[in-house]
Amino acid sequence: MSGVPTLNPFSPEAASISHLFVAILCVMFAIFALVAAIVTVAIVRYRDREGAADARQEFGNSRLEIAWTAGPTLLLIVIFIFMVRTIHASDPPVRGRTPELRVIGHQWWWEADYLSSGVVTANEIHIPVGRPILIDLESADVIHDFWVPELGRKIDAVPGHKNHLWIRADKPGVYLGACAEFCGNEHAWMRMIVVAQPQADFAAWQRDQLAVPAVAVTGEAAQGARIFREQTCINCHAIAGTAGIQRIGPDLTHLASRRILAAGAADNTPANLFKWLKDPNSIKPETHMPNFQLSDAQTHALVAYLETLK
Amino acid sequence: MSGLAVSGRIGEPSAAAARRGLLAWVASVDHKQIGIMYMLSALLFFAIGGFEALLIRIQLAVPNNHFLSPDTFNQIFTMHGTTMIFLVVMPMLAGMSIYAVPLMIGARDVAFPRLNAMSFWIQLFGGILLYFSFVAGGAPNAGWFSYAPLSEPAFSISNGVTYWVLALTCLGIGSIAGAINMIVTIVTLRVRGQTIRRLPLFVWMTLVNSFLIIMALPVLNGALVMLLIDRLLNAHVFSPAFGGSALLWQHYFWGFGHPEVYIMILPAFGIISEVIPVFSGKPIYGYGFVAASTVAIAFLSFTVWAHHMFAVGLGHMFVMFFSFTSMAIAIPTGVKIFNWSATLYHGRIRLTTSMMFALGFIVMFTMGGLTGVSFAVAPIDWQLTDTYYLVAHFHYVLFGGTALAIFAGIYYWFPKMTGRMLNERIGRWHFWLTLIGFNLTFFLMHPLGMMGMPRRVFTYPDLPGWMILNMISTVGAFVLLASVLLFLWNIQMSLASGAAAGDNPWDAWTLEWATTSPPPPENFALVPPVHGRRPLWDLKHPDRADERAWVEG
Repeated sequence: MSGVPTLNPFSPEAASISHLFVAILCVMFAIFALVAAIVTVAIVRYRDREGAADARQEFGNSRLEIAWTAGPTLLLIVIFIFMVRTIHASDPPVRGRTPELRVIGHQWWWEADYLSSGVVTANEIHIPVGRPILIDLESADVIHDFWVPELGRKIDAVPGHKNHLWIRADKPGVYLGACAEFCGNEHAWMRMIVVAQPQADFAAWQRDQLAVPAVAVTGEAAQGARIFREQTCINCHAIAGTAGIQRIGPDLTHLASRRILAAGAADNTPANLFKWLKDPNSIKPETHMPNFQLSDAQTHALVAYLETLK
Repeated sequence: MSGLAVSGRIGEPSAAAARRGLLAWVASVDHKQIGIMYMLSALLFFAIGGFEALLIRIQLAVPNNHFLSPDTFNQIFTMHGTTMIFLVVMPMLAGMSIYAVPLMIGARDVAFPRLNAMSFWIQLFGGILLYFSFVAGGAPNAGWFSYAPLSEPAFSISNGVTYWVLALTCLGIGSIAGAINMIVTIVTLRVRGQTIRRLPLFVWMTLVNSFLIIMALPVLNGALVMLLIDRLLNAHVFSPAFGGSALLWQHYFWGFGHPEVYIMILPAFGIISEVIPVFSGKPIYGYGFVAASTVAIAFLSFTVWAHHMFAVGLGHMFVMFFSFTSMAIAIPTGVKIFNWSATLYHGRIRLTTSMMFALGFIVMFTMGGLTGVSFAVAPIDWQLTDTYYLVAHFHYVLFGGTALAIFAGIYYWFPKMTGRMLNERIGRWHFWLTLIGFNLTFFLMHPLGMMGMPRRVFTYPDLPGWMILNMISTVGAFVLLASVLLFLWNIQMSLASGAAAGDNPWDAWTLEWATTSPPPPENFALVPPVHGRRPLWDLKHPDRADERAWVEG
């Protein structure tokens, strides 16, 4: 929501990190200015010119050496103590809590499974405002990294190694996130959004997501539903109420309710959806979604169908 | 004393008497020729790696760019990183050590001249093998770190990563052989009177660095062989889907990779520790502390590898331990910076190009060191790792640090190697263009990372402020290109018509300046007596010799 998310936190966890970061930035700036000043003064004062004094042959001074060893050591000890506090504040222990949400990194999209309600969605994670949510983070293929800078730390999604993290937002809003670990060709377009809503809105969203959409029986949308079944879309994508149960690609049950397409590569508009189905590479080059060489008419029908999945 | 006689003759760089032309170089086992060949190969790969950097910056100049495809971009940034680390910085520093160390210790050559030649040629072969991948189905595309399982055959179908493994294995063998050679040379071939405590600091740091190499590189080579077996024989050491471990690769890789960072900076520290005293007209301040802090850094460098893995999710105790050791390594590094700065005081500073690069090094490297401390603070790492802030950080260390030190070293030793001075006027332009271009390119990457831009992305969304910062960085990269062209022009011009150097143009005091420029094949007609750390100073100022100054207080 802001220009410099790491310095504009929207959760207590992110705030504890950004406070420490600002403090460290000040210390860093002070030390840098000190070294730059020392060097500059030396150049100005001791530069070789007419009448300059001969260099004094001095070999060192143990007291000074001890001072500039001990000084930084003390400073680092202080920083370490503050760091330990921040570690616990920004990444609280799990303490036997059951995760509410499972996020799975795929090449190159995010799957989000709400473990208590059964909602399954992709690239758009909804959370209730003000309450920390425990996420169980996994990977389906290579290493990814879940990062929503305004809400807190990043953590890797490692195949064969389950991770947990807390996520919380103090204010309603849409927060940008991204995969931060290099994961292959479309690493750049493995983005996501986190939508923080008041509890009532969040509950309503969950209800809507759980509803089974009616399958169109007439018109272009019905034609699209048939294409979905017959043109192999169904081999990778699930839609509740149809025979599609595969979760190789994102679950499409409520695709039309989402804001972004192809993990952030485009906004979710009918025009972009058309382009995406017609030629996925034009939106997200080298994506795993194949180009099925659909005709314009077929693509229009498919878009019509998918747009009914509110 | 005859070693001090100034000679007006400018000969061939080490006239390998019998052979002429190219064969005199290819068949050479002379450390001076091999050192120069190392440096020339590094320069060649620097041009290639720099070209790759320009491609990256062009692609990222504007959001949603289609200049490079994602896979091409991944190949380019993988090759840029691998090239700059293994084919530019390491051979450049190795070349400088191989050239200068025997001269600085008054030896005729390294201990094992044939092994020396093998190190170079296998190094060059590794570089060619790596680049051959472009025509053999695609360059490696899993990053210079090749994290599993992305580097496993299931996710990386071209042969690129296999070439990467084979090339790095060759480079590793070359580096280890070179390091063994250096250790034996420094331990056994020093001239009489040059005790360990009188070693020039560049030689001392090369010695410590060589121990780092023989301990760190085998870790990488072992892991590379495991990855090779995974790729070619379908083993699953690093693939979790079949019971392997993706994290094991990271432990191996950074077990090598963090000492590697110091392998790339210690010899640079050595260059700075020679250049700053000479052009300040004073001995290094706190010799013992500078030398000892090098050893401390070398030991600590083996205890900090997992700070590259803070985001992996290995638990708080683990994070705190590695955070502690990573902060600790800042202390001996700080000691060095203070001692170099103190050397300037009460000196008589000659602002030669070499010295300007060395002073630029102190300030720019400090910046890289400080952002490094911010990464040792684990929660900050959790926010900023794998963003452009990290890219800024390590370029301040490796360009602002190592590269500036290398330029300082080249301007310092070029007269010795060739018998001719580099042009100081072009040199000053080169320095300022480098400094400006470097900061334009990399400084704004700090805020970019803080704004949330991940690294290794082939493009990025048009978020507020991202484009302008990226555009400025791209402009900076072209300023750097101009500075490099100026540098190459300076070399070419000076080789043809530079002023004659004489034996000791800088009024320096280590032994390499006691012989002719360039030195004869046997290096010295006569090595001057060594009674202290600055033998040529002692000769020139018998009444104020260092050892006497020490004793008399």
